[in-house]
Amino acid sequence: MAAVLESLLREEVSVAAAVRWIARSAQSSEVTAPTRPQAWPESAFRDDPGEAAALSSLRPLRKEFVPFLLNFLREQSSRVLPQGPPTPAKAPGSSAALPGRPGGPPRGGRGARSQLFPPTEPSSTAAAEAPSARRGGRRRGPGPGRERGGRGSGGLEEGVSGESSPWAGGRRPRGSGSPGSPSLARSDPPNLSNLEEFPPVGSVPPGPAGTKPSRRINPTPVSEERSLSKPKTCFTSPPINCVPSSQSSVPDTSPWGHGLPPGCRSLQEEREMLRKERSKQLQQSPTPACPTSESGSPLPSRTGNLTAEPADPARVSSRQRLELIALIYSSCIAENLVPNLFLELFFVLQLLTARRMVATKESDLEPIPGALDSLESPLFQSVHDCVFFAVQVLEHQFQVLSYLDKGTLKLLAENERLLCFSPALQGRLRAAYEGSVAKVSLAMPPSAQAVSFQPETDNRANFSSDRAFHTFKKQRDVFFEVLREWEDRHEEPGWDFEKGLGSRIRAMMGQLSAACSHSHFVRLFQKQLLQMCQSPSGTGGTVLGEAPDVLSMLGADKLGRLRRLQERLVAPQSSGGPCPPPTFPGCQGFFRDFILSASSFQFNQHLMDSLSLKIRELNSLALPQPEPSDEDGESDVDWQGERRQFAMVLLSLRLLAKFLGFVAFLPYRGPEPPPTRELQDSILALRSQVPPALDVRALLQQGLRARRAVLTVPWLVEFLSLADHIVPLLDYYRSIFTLLLHLHRSLVLSKESEGEMCFLNKLLLLAVLGWLFQIPTVPEDLFFLEEGQLDTFEVDTVTSEQGLDGMPVVDQHLLYTCCPYIGELRKLLASWVSGSSGRSGGFVRKITPTTTTGLGAQPPRTTQGLQAQLAQAFFHNQPPSLRRTVEFVAERIGSNCVKHIKATLVADLVRQAESLLQEQLVTQGQEGGDPAQLLEILCSQLCPHGAQALTRGREFCQKKSPGAVRALLPEETPAAVLSSAENIAVGLATEKACAWLSANITALIRREVKAAVSRTLRAQGPEPAARGERRGCSRACEHHAPLPSHLISEIKDVLALAVGPRDPEEGVSPEHLEQLLGQLGQTLRCRQFLCPPAEQHLAKCSVELASLLVADQIPVLGPPVQHRLERGQARRLLHMLLSLWKDDFQVPVPLQLLLSPRNLGLLADTRPREWDLLLFLLRELVEKGLMGRTEIEACLGSLHDAQWPKDFSEELATLFNPLLAEPHMPEPQLRACELVQTNRGTVLAQS
Amino acid sequence: MILTKAQYDEIAQCLVSVPPTRQSLRKLKQRFPSQSQATLLSIFSQEYQKHIKRTHAKHHTSEAIESYYQRYLNGVGRNGAAPVLLDLANEVDYAPSLMARIILERFLQEHEETPPSKSVINSMLRDPSQIPDGVLANQVYQCIVNDCCYGPLVDCIKHAIGHEHEVLLRDLLLEKSLSFLDEDQLRAKGYDKTPDFILQVPVAVEGHIIHWIESKASFGDECSHHAYLHDQFWSYWNSSEEESLILWLKSPMFLKNLLLEFCWIST
Repeated sequence: MAAVLESLLREEVSVAAAVRWIARSAQSSEVTAPTRPQAWPESAFRDDPGEAAALSSLRPLRKEFVPFLLNFLREQSSRVLPQGPPTPAKAPGSSAALPGRPGGPPRGGRGARSQLFPPTEPSSTAAAEAPSARRGGRRRGPGPGRERGGRGSGGLEEGVSGESSPWAGGRRPRGSGSPGSPSLARSDPPNLSNLEEFPPVGSVPPGPAGTKPSRRINPTPVSEERSLSKPKTCFTSPPINCVPSSQSSVPDTSPWGHGLPPGCRSLQEEREMLRKERSKQLQQSPTPACPTSESGSPLPSRTGNLTAEPADPARVSSRQRLELIALIYSSCIAENLVPNLFLELFFVLQLLTARRMVATKESDLEPIPGALDSLESPLFQSVHDCVFFAVQVLEHQFQVLSYLDKGTLKLLAENERLLCFSPALQGRLRAAYEGSVAKVSLAMPPSAQAVSFQPETDNRANFSSDRAFHTFKKQRDVFFEVLREWEDRHEEPGWDFEKGLGSRIRAMMGQLSAACSHSHFVRLFQKQLLQMCQSPSGTGGTVLGEAPDVLSMLGADKLGRLRRLQERLVAPQSSGGPCPPPTFPGCQGFFRDFILSASSFQFNQHLMDSLSLKIRELNSLALPQPEPSDEDGESDVDWQGERRQFAMVLLSLRLLAKFLGFVAFLPYRGPEPPPTRELQDSILALRSQVPPALDVRALLQQGLRARRAVLTVPWLVEFLSLADHIVPLLDYYRSIFTLLLHLHRSLVLSKESEGEMCFLNKLLLLAVLGWLFQIPTVPEDLFFLEEGQLDTFEVDTVTSEQGLDGMPVVDQHLLYTCCPYIGELRKLLASWVSGSSGRSGGFVRKITPTTTTGLGAQPPRTTQGLQAQLAQAFFHNQPPSLRRTVEFVAERIGSNCVKHIKATLVADLVRQAESLLQEQLVTQGQEGGDPAQLLEILCSQLCPHGAQALTRGREFCQKKSPGAVRALLPEETPAAVLSSAENIAVGLATEKACAWLSANITALIRREVKAAVSRTLRAQGPEPAARGERRGCSRACEHHAPLPSHLISEIKDVLALAVGPRDPEEGVSPEHLEQLLGQLGQTLRCRQFLCPPAEQHLAKCSVELASLLVADQIPVLGPPVQHRLERGQARRLLHMLLSLWKDDFQVPVPLQLLLSPRNLGLLADTRPREWDLLLFLLRELVEKGLMGRTEIEACLGSLHDAQWPKDFSEELATLFNPLLAEPHMPEPQLRACELVQTNRGTVLAQS
Repeated sequence: MILTKAQYDEIAQCLVSVPPTRQSLRKLKQRFPSQSQATLLSIFSQEYQKHIKRTHAKHHTSEAIESYYQRYLNGVGRNGAAPVLLDLANEVDYAPSLMARIILERFLQEHEETPPSKSVINSMLRDPSQIPDGVLANQVYQCIVNDCCYGPLVDCIKHAIGHEHEVLLRDLLLEKSLSFLDEDQLRAKGYDKTPDFILQVPVAVEGHIIHWIESKASFGDECSHHAYLHDQFWSYWNSSEEESLILWLKSPMFLKNLLLEFCWIST
């Protein structure tokens, strides 16, 4: 194997060719060729016959390449990753010397999910040669002449020279190393005695059940009688010489004491020393009775500080080699050639966050000349190398990373090492973080405490006899009593389920005589199971899902922080590493223990029947499918509901399948696999007769065909995860595993085409399958199956029908709920940020209390929590319609409350804003300053008033809700129930309204004020004065004035008549004109029908009319023919107009039109020219303040541009000069008359 | 009073190729004394608009424009005080205001360096005093005040009628205590296309459920009714079961005199 890697490093073989070579072995049944990761350069795809030849000679080794690579990387990193949770790993080191055997190696005993530490049996020295030889082979390749590291320690390079170190730990004589690696010869061994850096295996903080979160595989000596079963080898990230200590003080009885091959001698010595060292340190360390409990032993306190060594891209040694290996590794990940994607990511992140190299010397950092392309020199010579390698791999895996939750992305994007090594990747991650909406809380919901009563199962009609009914009722009572007791006491130390409840349960089960009683009880059991455990997070908490709402009462701004804090406080520190064994968390534990304690065959059988039925039912549930055309647009909104439903179904299925698996395989669960082949064969022969509890293979095939793998596979994995050791060897189940492997390899994430599975769907399947391949009962070699076996089941997945697989049914939340272990990535990164070394394998979270007042919030929270529980309990005892009614009322009243606040408080504030703005405009002049600035000033004044919204909202809900509840509930509802319902409705409505208001009131006020400001400013704009004093008609007005449209039409007719052409008999009577102006006055005073444009036109028409009057152009109809208007009549009409302009028009009147060239031109054309009316009009305008002298002057000035008859210009000048020169006259009326008189005389004289 | 289709057609018949002038309207009034001026004007305007829509294009060819302009120039050259432009419009059977626009545009093209913008021309038509040439200003003004179907004054009259009828309708609704939302309220609620009034409680009129009322204050012939529905409401209401009431001219009176004064159309 090493030969392959070396030829790769020497660039004899291209990476692409190598991956094709590996993949061909793995994917011989694949129809499509593996797609190329995007990062690969084009040149990587040259197919070189030389390469093929080089590789074909190694054909038999093909399937061993990936395990070899993984082991290689783990071992290489051993110097860097002694701390932190170990990377659990499982890959068989299948070697050519020991061909794969069907059986899994022996492993931990009963309750395998918590048994990670396989006890190893004593084995003979001779037989134990095997693992060491294999290890050597893996590392060094089988090349002849290469010396096996006879005395090399397991975790370190062999071939280090035997320089002894003064270091108190595990120095040992070195075997003859390869001469070509002088630097290695000098490299120090890991400080094995440093418990900080080398925590004992399995030192991850144990869960309450004493589970070991991850399995560390120890060198397993192989005994002769087990020669057929392949010994388990492993790649572990901390070196295998990190062994659990305190196993025994007697070396000979230790599991590793005997039979270690000579090659492992130093290993044993090391362990000895380690043990001694440790016992010195920990005198009080308890000696557990069995290896299993070891992990549960308290961890020794440790001293020492592990500060992270800064990583520097410039100090990376052998970049090229690292790049190449990163590329191969990434390609294997991309092609799903590794068993567990997330495990590899975890490993890579471990490398990224490696704190420091163990005991490196400066000289180690220098690259060894000539060693670049060989595997002789360590791959990771420094932290810089590790980080470089990790970043390289992460770059290739960006797509997967981008689908992780927001928190993980944030931590990745903020990782300074990543920024330092690849700013580009950091930028992409930041962009992905910013675009991500996948906020996933790692907090576990509180476990449910409430017991639900199921009135429908109480129904007498369901029972054969009164007695059966009565018995069942009693049993139900016992069941709930037991459940309640469990809830109260299961967390007490020293409480034991079996001791506490076992006898009561068995007594109860004994009463279930009739089959029908069993089925009733099973229905109750299953219903309770689903209700309690099928919370969105799958671990429990049906009714206390309200807890976040309780939090939300504390105010929206602090909500986020509170949530985060809550999450930090309640999130389990570690759920057991990236590959935890199957567990029964929370309430599930009760049901498991109940089944175990009951130990009733009938019950189990009925339960299996019931679970199978329910699984079939849910699995074939037709989940609604949207139209394919709905993909864009509002699809996101529509999908929320669909996703939620899918998640509910999936989580229910997983729960049911887990319990089905648990019950179905319960009779076969033994402490460990059968020790001998013969025994195993006989068991196999026996078991193969037993039909499966549920035909999961058919369901899987069906699911694959219907493209519903995303629903079927996750629950199937749950089912299989509880299988016993024999199950994977049975033909029936082996074929299932084969199918799953086939599926796993086909889920290439980079493949994105029409009809492909959605990315997150694939990710979910990869995560659950990867997890399945890592759990203890699944044989390690299963993943690296021999070629051809994958051909066994071809599933025709190419169906035109759009199945669930192609739909975005999985979101990050569901992914993390199903696979909480993915959250380990985030925890790993977080522990790097928090600066805590991964001592004790956990992720120490440092929470600094910044204030003690936070504690004050505790009692109310509890009270509210209690209130919520009380409310839930209340609803449980009432008909469902009551709950619906209360929730409905709360929802509506809450919504109405918001509307009410909008219409009252916000509207008031807007009015205030308008008046403030008016003041502002008055004081600051018309401009009033920058609108944005004005808005800011107003908002800063008004927004604080928004705080009233909460009080008012509360009052509103308080006032309105009870009545609504009362009206909707039956009259006969008892008073106490009614008042409770009312109070709950008030509370819920207030909560809803206040949540909205506190989050949005400021924005709402701001928006409304902004609209008001722009409205006011716009109105203020062109004609502020007119707008300012706009008035309606008087109160007494009955709106009988003529319509504006009629008046415009009438005046237009007069204008048309005056302008001509007209028939000789056409004309207007002076009375008509007077009447018209009178009507105009009425219309202008009654403003009912007047709109601004109409008024503007009326104003303009009135000015035109005045011009025609002044120019004496209006043909007056009168007996016998048309004639001109009399002077007195004209002046009367002009007076009317002047009064209209002054008093009645509310829009500006374009009086300057009177002096426009066109209107003056009318005068110019008349002979003789009569100026008196014009002069009269102008004087009146000045006197009434309608026009200023300067304004008139300006108009006259512009007249000079026009072309007039010469005499007209002269007249104009003569006439207007005195008018303009006149000083202001105190008595306008008198002066006006006089002036008109004189002027008229002048005019007449001149003409 | 409801105008029958026959009556409408009869009036329309009289309006074929009649210039839209004061004189024409006067003659129409004499012919149909029972109809109000507003009714006749509305029908006249509507029929004339149809006519203009048909013939509009031929007046806007460059040859036509050029020939009109030359004729105008010749005319005013002979006598600037004569109604040259108005006569020209009547002669070629085109609306005087529109003719004024053509000539003004052509004139400005000749006298200004840059082609005149639409807003400049509109502004000059609204206030001919802004026209740099005094003679043309008079001619344009004459066209506008004499045109009873087109021009800024007519537009304003139509707009005013629409507004007045809305106010009338609102008063009637208030009088009848019918709860409604008006256009402004609807817009504030975020409706983009709004009828004048949405009845908050539907009413039944002659067996038809009325949800909303739109006052058009013009004559609802079949064609405009359909075009109107299409443009404005179907996109919004989109429910074939809903019925609407579109009140055309005079129809706000319907609540006072239900059978006589309105024509309702249900969709």
